[in-house]
Amino acid sequence: MRLDLLERTLEARSQKRRVCHLRFLDSHEEALVVDGAEVTGRALSPTLEEAVDAALRHDRSGTVDADEGRVFLEVMNPPLRLLVVGAVHIAQALVPMALRLGYAVTVVDPRRAFATEDRLPGVPIRHDWPDEALHDLLPDRRTAVVTLTHDPKLDDPALHEALGSEAFYIGALGSKRTHAGRLERLTALGHDAAALARIHGPAGLDIGAVSPAEIAVSVLAEMTAALRRRG
Amino acid sequence: MDDLDLLTVAQNWRGEGREVAVATVVSTWGSSPRPAGSHLIVDGEGRIEGSVSGGCIEGAVVREALEVMAGEPPRLLEFGVSNEEAWEVGLACGGRVEVYVEALA
Repeated sequence: MRLDLLERTLEARSQKRRVCHLRFLDSHEEALVVDGAEVTGRALSPTLEEAVDAALRHDRSGTVDADEGRVFLEVMNPPLRLLVVGAVHIAQALVPMALRLGYAVTVVDPRRAFATEDRLPGVPIRHDWPDEALHDLLPDRRTAVVTLTHDPKLDDPALHEALGSEAFYIGALGSKRTHAGRLERLTALGHDAAALARIHGPAGLDIGAVSPAEIAVSVLAEMTAALRRRG
Repeated sequence: MDDLDLLTVAQNWRGEGREVAVATVVSTWGSSPRPAGSHLIVDGEGRIEGSVSGGCIEGAVVREALEVMAGEPPRLLEFGVSNEEAWEVGLACGGRVEVYVEALA
């Protein structure tokens, strides 16, 4: 692997750009495509350009047969994101586990007593209202949103905003009864049944989780299934 | 450690003046433990970080990596049940995997 391409890869990655590194397996040449436009190294045939585009879209590395022969496309998309609403006890278990899974995590909680750096070291914490924060953070297809506060004043605006996004996972903690009430309120805000079906509530796989760490495992397992099993 | 971070490891090792080889899973068939894009990083003394299998073919990949670091061209290795030698090194999961091994230069 060319050292200059490795350095450019790491630089582009730190700028949250979409990177595809190409290895031409027959000729041992290489190329690097950043954000679908900037191409370094060997030039690409139109069919190979299309393959790069598809690989980035599907977030899947793999080998293709192109005019250039067999080519391995290594896709390096920006990290998955997790937006956590509520700097509660469960967040303290969820955040480090999500970091370990490779998510870039942001915690949103306007209650400054909860959302402190002592309790949640190493992640950005926002103190604005969840709907404003989510609007600003623009959840995309590689973003998960989880609400943990059990407080409709905080959870509802976050869910309202998340439903307007392409987030691949939306989870809301709370009992079945709490969730029923939540769905009624969101219906009143204009969300139909199909939209509401996107919310995993109560969030998490049913594994009988009790402790905050166990609940975090169940939520992250459900999130992983939503990510990996989709189309 | 995820596979993107392994590239950072490769860069750091190189920055320390170590010889570095990068092994990459480029294709898989059937059941194989690590997906395409998985990396094993090897230095000139055979120290490793990351993985290209569940641990069964890493030894063979390191041997090839040492040769590539000694100046031989990159190579594409295939391991699987159809390959007797690979069976000996033990990809017992029944899958097949292709690993590209190259020096960082």
